Amino acid sequence: MRVVVLGAGNILLSDEGIGVRVIERLPLAYHLPPEVSVIDGGTCGMEMLEDLEDLDALVMVDAIRGGEAPGTLIRLVGDAVPVFFKTKLSPHQIGLSDVLATLELVGKAPKTTAILGVQPVSLALGMELTPEVEEKMPELMRMVVDELALLGLTAPSIAAGAT
Amino acid sequence: MSKRVTIDPVTRIEGHLRVDVEVDEGKVKKAWASGQMWRGVENILIGRDPRDAWAITQRICGVCTTVHALASVRAVENALQLEIPLNAQYIRNLIILAHAIHDHIVHFYHLSALDWVDVTSALKADPGKAAHLAESLSTWSGNSKAEFTKVKERLSGFVGTGQLGIFTNGYWGHPAMKLPPEVNLIATAHYLQALEVQRYANKIVAVLGSKTPHIQNVAVGGVANALAVDSQSVLTVERLLAVKEWIDKLNDFVKNVYLVDVAVVGGFYPDWTTIGRGIVDYLSVPDIPLDGKGTQFALPGGHIAGGDLATFKAITSFNDQYFRDGVTESVKHSWYEGGKGPLHPYKGETRPQYTDFQENAKYSWLKAPTFYGKPMQVGPLPRVLAMVAAKHEPTIAYATKALDLVSAVAKTKVGLGALHSTIGRHAARAVSCAVQVDELGKQWDLLLANMAKGDLKTFNKPVFPKGEISGVGFHEAPRGVLSHWVVIGDGKIKNYQCVVPTTWNAAPRNEKDEPGAYEACLLDTPVAVPDQPLEVLRTVHSFDPCLACAVHIVDVENTEVVKVKAA
Repeated sequence: MRVVVLGAGNILLSDEGIGVRVIERLPLAYHLPPEVSVIDGGTCGMEMLEDLEDLDALVMVDAIRGGEAPGTLIRLVGDAVPVFFKTKLSPHQIGLSDVLATLELVGKAPKTTAILGVQPVSLALGMELTPEVEEKMPELMRMVVDELALLGLTAPSIAAGAT
Repeated sequence: MSKRVTIDPVTRIEGHLRVDVEVDEGKVKKAWASGQMWRGVENILIGRDPRDAWAITQRICGVCTTVHALASVRAVENALQLEIPLNAQYIRNLIILAHAIHDHIVHFYHLSALDWVDVTSALKADPGKAAHLAESLSTWSGNSKAEFTKVKERLSGFVGTGQLGIFTNGYWGHPAMKLPPEVNLIATAHYLQALEVQRYANKIVAVLGSKTPHIQNVAVGGVANALAVDSQSVLTVERLLAVKEWIDKLNDFVKNVYLVDVAVVGGFYPDWTTIGRGIVDYLSVPDIPLDGKGTQFALPGGHIAGGDLATFKAITSFNDQYFRDGVTESVKHSWYEGGKGPLHPYKGETRPQYTDFQENAKYSWLKAPTFYGKPMQVGPLPRVLAMVAAKHEPTIAYATKALDLVSAVAKTKVGLGALHSTIGRHAARAVSCAVQVDELGKQWDLLLANMAKGDLKTFNKPVFPKGEISGVGFHEAPRGVLSHWVVIGDGKIKNYQCVVPTTWNAAPRNEKDEPGAYEACLLDTPVAVPDQPLEVLRTVHSFDPCLACAVHIVDVENTEVVKVKAA
């Protein structure tokens, strides 16, 4: 089984960088199983093609402008995934949606895709998350771990193992 | 009666570009290019350690991350007058070239070919005839009847589902589409093969850059790659041999597929050698330095005035005064506070003042850069013309090869003058790519030869003096001249400006109200169907726009993905 947890986003635009921030901290908080690759996709485009080929599952983490209250955690699966790429674009996803559409064309698209994220509070210039979104980080990381559990993969907490 | 056409955003590009054109009697009479996102990365950098700037600036964009990393370290090294080890230069050069090749292949096949290639027409093609034609033009192994049959079947399955996916935004059946079905099939097959091949370029960037996207190996003073001839944990000869294998694969594709395809497409669109000329004042910079200081370069660059190669004036070193003193930026038509006239980047300011789209006043987040007061075109075309003017032999050879093939397909003699055009920009990009793939091989040889001498040094430690210093780092990026300008006071960044290729090309009108390159090149472009402005997209896409680093972000929630408005 091959699973990628992909953090997408622009770390120069405060909460827009949430995906990358999750990717940075996830391996420090959880023991990830060998089937899982963690990728900081940043503001990626076609360079990601090979990394995302023939996946059993793609778990993408990103800021999601879903019309919810700022700071709301959001999980998109099934039919909501293509809708996300069609209507809730941010600049980097113009590249990422092309990557996924291309994988579809060549028959190498991920078998399942889930998008996890948070409604941003601010997309202002800055390299820090807003305190409201920062506060949601542990919960968002747990959502990633839960998503992996649905795929039958366990990722024990590092802190829990130490106690 | 003139018609106004707004394309917002222009798709199949990175970032958010709006183009407005006024069409009268089937031709564009006026054009405005507007960057719809605010960038402002410069403001984040002020007060930071100059050694961190490269890691931050490369996050502005998802396409050309490496180029900002490299321009940034070059700017800081220029301020310090810091020489870097030869190995570091070669490793950077390999990354630069592999990245450029990746970028050019993806741009042609995946981001712009669909402006010229009608994928649905490929379904009418005879795979046998297509193979006969393709095999007469090239020795590429992927041109067989079996391969084309397979592609046609796959395509017909894909179109049959009604889910065109990546091909959704194509203007199928548009009257401006001119390729025969067989050529459309060949191009579609190569589109799919290019997806396979581009990975080799990306692997080279990943192995040498330690990560992609967003390389991690550069440092002010060199690179962080530890070199060794024996150890497993660092960049070994074994890994470098893998890199060589990927270079060979890229070489085969670029020479036998990409260069040929561009020439064939050009031959079927002879009209487009006279459309999209626009600004013929060209600027490029030399790149692929061959010494630690940047005084000798493998690929020349410089300024050409009025499209006349005899006027070529070379830019010759990282300390070139002619380049450094020539660049200014105007914000008269940009959403920034102004009133001070055009400013040199060392004195550049980034203070937003948004007004809304006002075609006679401010209408873009892009500034308007000029070189000695004149707007420039930058990119592969200026690069190739500069290299031809500098009598760079490989460039002349590939340009001649491409133009001879165009002439054969078009059944008329097509010369160098045809390059000053929309299709000419594509041809120049392919010629540039062929030159770059040769140079990639040469840089690999240089690195190996230097390591064989026992030189494994990759880093010279920078030391920041008290007081103020400033520097410029330039780089001939895939889309053209990129320059980062840094002012450092007591070891901290005091000012930082990025003047990026798409800012040159997609610039709004300047201080003297002269149009930027896109705006000028769109004039007289024919538009057959105003609400399907394929021809406008052809010219804009020929520049390979990449707006993410030219500008940055608006909230696009609840906006249509593409809006073409003809009124």
